[in-house]
Amino acid sequence: MKLIPTASQTVGPFFHFGLERPAWADLTGGGKAIGDRIRIEGQVRDGDGAPVQDALLEIWQANAAGKYDHPEDEQEKPVDPGFRGFGRCATDAQGRYAFTTVRPGRVPGRGNTLQAPHVNMTIFARGLLKHLVTRVYFADRSAANESDPVLATIDDPVARRTLLASAGATEGGVTTYRFDIILQGDGETVFFEA
Amino acid sequence: MTNDPRPYAREYKGGQPPYLHSDYGSTVKRAPKRGQIRLEHTLSEVTGPTFTSGWAGPEMADLTRQHSGEPIGERIIVAGRVLDEDGRPVAGTLLEMWQANSAGRYIHPRDQHPAPLDPNFTGAGQVLTNERGEWRFLTIKPGAYPWRNTHNAWRAQHLHFSVFGPGFVTRIVTQMYFPGDPLLAFDPIYHSIADGAARERLISAYDPGLSEAEFALGYRFDIVLRGRLATPTES
Repeated sequence: MKLIPTASQTVGPFFHFGLERPAWADLTGGGKAIGDRIRIEGQVRDGDGAPVQDALLEIWQANAAGKYDHPEDEQEKPVDPGFRGFGRCATDAQGRYAFTTVRPGRVPGRGNTLQAPHVNMTIFARGLLKHLVTRVYFADRSAANESDPVLATIDDPVARRTLLASAGATEGGVTTYRFDIILQGDGETVFFEA
Repeated sequence: MTNDPRPYAREYKGGQPPYLHSDYGSTVKRAPKRGQIRLEHTLSEVTGPTFTSGWAGPEMADLTRQHSGEPIGERIIVAGRVLDEDGRPVAGTLLEMWQANSAGRYIHPRDQHPAPLDPNFTGAGQVLTNERGEWRFLTIKPGAYPWRNTHNAWRAQHLHFSVFGPGFVTRIVTQMYFPGDPLLAFDPIYHSIADGAARERLISAYDPGLSEAEFALGYRFDIVLRGRLATPTES
């Protein structure tokens, strides 16, 4: 006898005092994590192009070696005690967010494939009755992206490009990637039924 | 032969709300229009953050003792289990809960509803489930509050819950409602779930066994996360 799964409901506009933990936007623990430090930043916009001021983003990623800090990852790769791989950041009044993290290593895909480096992302907001799921890939890792089994499931090349974060400046050894999230309309981000 | 992870079950029709639900006006400009791409589960989806016991001390499970005085309102005990679809307990997972005070006012700066704040109530807590998947909060029953979805619209009384579960795809944020609330019949967020049984799962049950004499009323609320498929699917 299967139980009925609990249905999702929106986080609403007033979640910050319950969910926001500013320290979680830095996944490196102030620089303790092993690997290339990167910053992923961007803006969340709605179908009118207006900034979404009340979104909450969460990310989950492998460490620099391509290992998830989770018991189901049985790969013979090292766990990094300085890196859990989970982050959370609320958007500001301009709809902007930023995470500081490390560049993820590659992890296996289904059927003995290898996935390109990516960050798994969840988007909550007022007006989203159920969270959205997307992935952040890195535009400057084109060879790996070309052979990524998940990107390959997106037929439209224009849509596929919405998942590629573009590299910007590198300052103090930290490369900034830009990843905007368009909830609806022109340039709409690809979301996954996960 | 591959070592593909065992996928999680997919949602059934009507068991989850749609993105576009025009009765809830905020969905209209935020619901994606393009169809979603089905993501077959890899290590990225079946893993997820884990939380240790350092996370949620007893003061975070008792929302009535976070300030110097007692908050105003009806004391309630809200307790339940986190289970998967097969009824197995989900142990050691983080639950975050937040809510309005008894007057229907959030401590949030953007909440402009002219009802009083309570200096003795914040309205946020967190717990980890025990080995049987159980959790428990002591809090104050939240008041109903108006919102601008339509003229003279009021949200049904509710608590917000955020739950992780074992993997990235078990993550859920939901709301718990109270039995007998007349506002439920008019609440478009609650009614965004098409399936009646799934909708009713969001209504807690009054439980006299959970109530404490001369002290607080008990409401029971179980949270059921996606289960695992029995056998791996061949791609």
